[in-house]
Amino acid sequence: MKALIDVYTVFWADLRVLRRQLVRTIATSLINPLLYLLAFGYGLGRGISFEGYSYLDFVVPGIIALTAMTSSFNGSGSKLHVDRLFYKCFDEYLMAPVNVSSIVIGKTLIGVVRGIISSAALLFAGLIISPKIVASPTLPLFVLVLIISCFVFAFLGVLVALLVKSHQDMNTFSTLILLPMTFLSGTFFSLEGLPETLKTALYFLPLTHSSQCLRAAALNQPFPSASLLALLGFGALFFSGSVLALKKKSV
Amino acid sequence: MEEVIATEGLSKKYGDLWAVKNLSLKVFSGEIFGFLGPNGAGKTTTIRILTTLTKPTFGRAWVGGFDVVEKPEKVREAIGVMQQHLSLDRDLTVRENMELRARLHHFDSSERKRRIAELLDYVGLTEHADRTIDELSGGLQRRTMIACSLIHKPKLLFLDEPTVGLDAHTRRRMWDLIRRLNADGVTIFLTTHYIEEAEALCHRVGIIHEGQLIALDNPFELRRKIGLFTVVTVIENGNASYKYFPDKMAATQYVQSLPSTVKTIVVRESNLEDVFLELTGRGVSD
Repeated sequence: MKALIDVYTVFWADLRVLRRQLVRTIATSLINPLLYLLAFGYGLGRGISFEGYSYLDFVVPGIIALTAMTSSFNGSGSKLHVDRLFYKCFDEYLMAPVNVSSIVIGKTLIGVVRGIISSAALLFAGLIISPKIVASPTLPLFVLVLIISCFVFAFLGVLVALLVKSHQDMNTFSTLILLPMTFLSGTFFSLEGLPETLKTALYFLPLTHSSQCLRAAALNQPFPSASLLALLGFGALFFSGSVLALKKKSV
Repeated sequence: MEEVIATEGLSKKYGDLWAVKNLSLKVFSGEIFGFLGPNGAGKTTTIRILTTLTKPTFGRAWVGGFDVVEKPEKVREAIGVMQQHLSLDRDLTVRENMELRARLHHFDSSERKRRIAELLDYVGLTEHADRTIDELSGGLQRRTMIACSLIHKPKLLFLDEPTVGLDAHTRRRMWDLIRRLNADGVTIFLTTHYIEEAEALCHRVGIIHEGQLIALDNPFELRRKIGLFTVVTVIENGNASYKYFPDKMAATQYVQSLPSTVKTIVVRESNLEDVFLELTGRGVSD
């Protein structure tokens, strides 16, 4: 019970900040996915059909997956690493009589909320263009996978923010890991037909599983349960990594 | 007197450098204890160890009766800490920052309201309560930090360079606040590299130089050991030399014995800067 209250306390402070910057936050986190949607979905993909669906229907779940990734990752990671490295106000949490798991989950929740807000806004925009998703009988499954994805990437944001030693490290991680994931993890094209080695490598990235699950749920295809399990595994890994990193930092 | 801080052979090594070396000291209940030394002398490292934010390489430390390495959570409950840097969430208001601390210490809603109102009044921030930290002056930010560190009513408060970067007037108001806290029963451990601050506030001063404690006493005793009066003479090449005397009489006799080639002669009371200079061969601000 006390641990839950502590989670809420950590979350509460970030929620206060988010409330003050809500419009700006949503607007900035939507620019990228909307551009992808327009450029790839509308511009490039018009008239192409893919695995029996219009390219637009195919690509919208992928773009929602990558929006969930970037918004959740940045939502939890960017303020945390600045607070830790530059403002050093994160020390105050370590000084407080609060256990580290509560701090990790509290700091993750703000990423989850931002991921959900951005994906929901994009989903809404996507619906106007590609109404198939909402008509899908597996919409609850879609929402569930989306929330799980947000948790996975928000945990990753916390983990990376706790490990980096500078602002550059944070940018390097985004460029070296997140950006390739954005384009390669089955977001814009199907993994079928890729060389086996590349395909295997891509299955080591969480976004691959996230976009496959979301697409299956959106288009009412057979659901890849193994990918959902992999996603949960990534979440558990990033969570325990964060707890360990924090335990090492606090005495 | 009750010991609230004790260290034995406390040492911390960063790479090849000893930030703190073999530090043994005691701080007693009710004191304002000052740690005086230049930047990089090991003051902040010591505070970080005592406040459980850094582990010592060797040695032990007890704060509020608890070992800082073995019982960090007990230590944290017993102390308040004001860091040297601004450690508030800049996107939150004064009240929200205080509320965050109160929530982290598990105050319920009505306790929270009462304690925050009481502290805002105590540090004189009531009218600024709903401004964000970014909108406040340096002095008001420091007051907010003190208020936050006092939320859970600690009997021991650590202040790391409490007035660094503040103007003279604001600094004196901060001193008043620190004295008032001490009068209300809070033991204070502060670090400073300002001579006047150590002299104006501290009952006892420990002088730290290159990680080592080189003197520890009340400011008067520290001065008395080198001599309460200083004669500063400046000769033609502009170099000043310092001589110390137990009283004004001895200083005056010395001045009368000086040759007429000496251009400038100043007789004044000695201060902690002189003590530091005598002990280390260089000034605190060098």
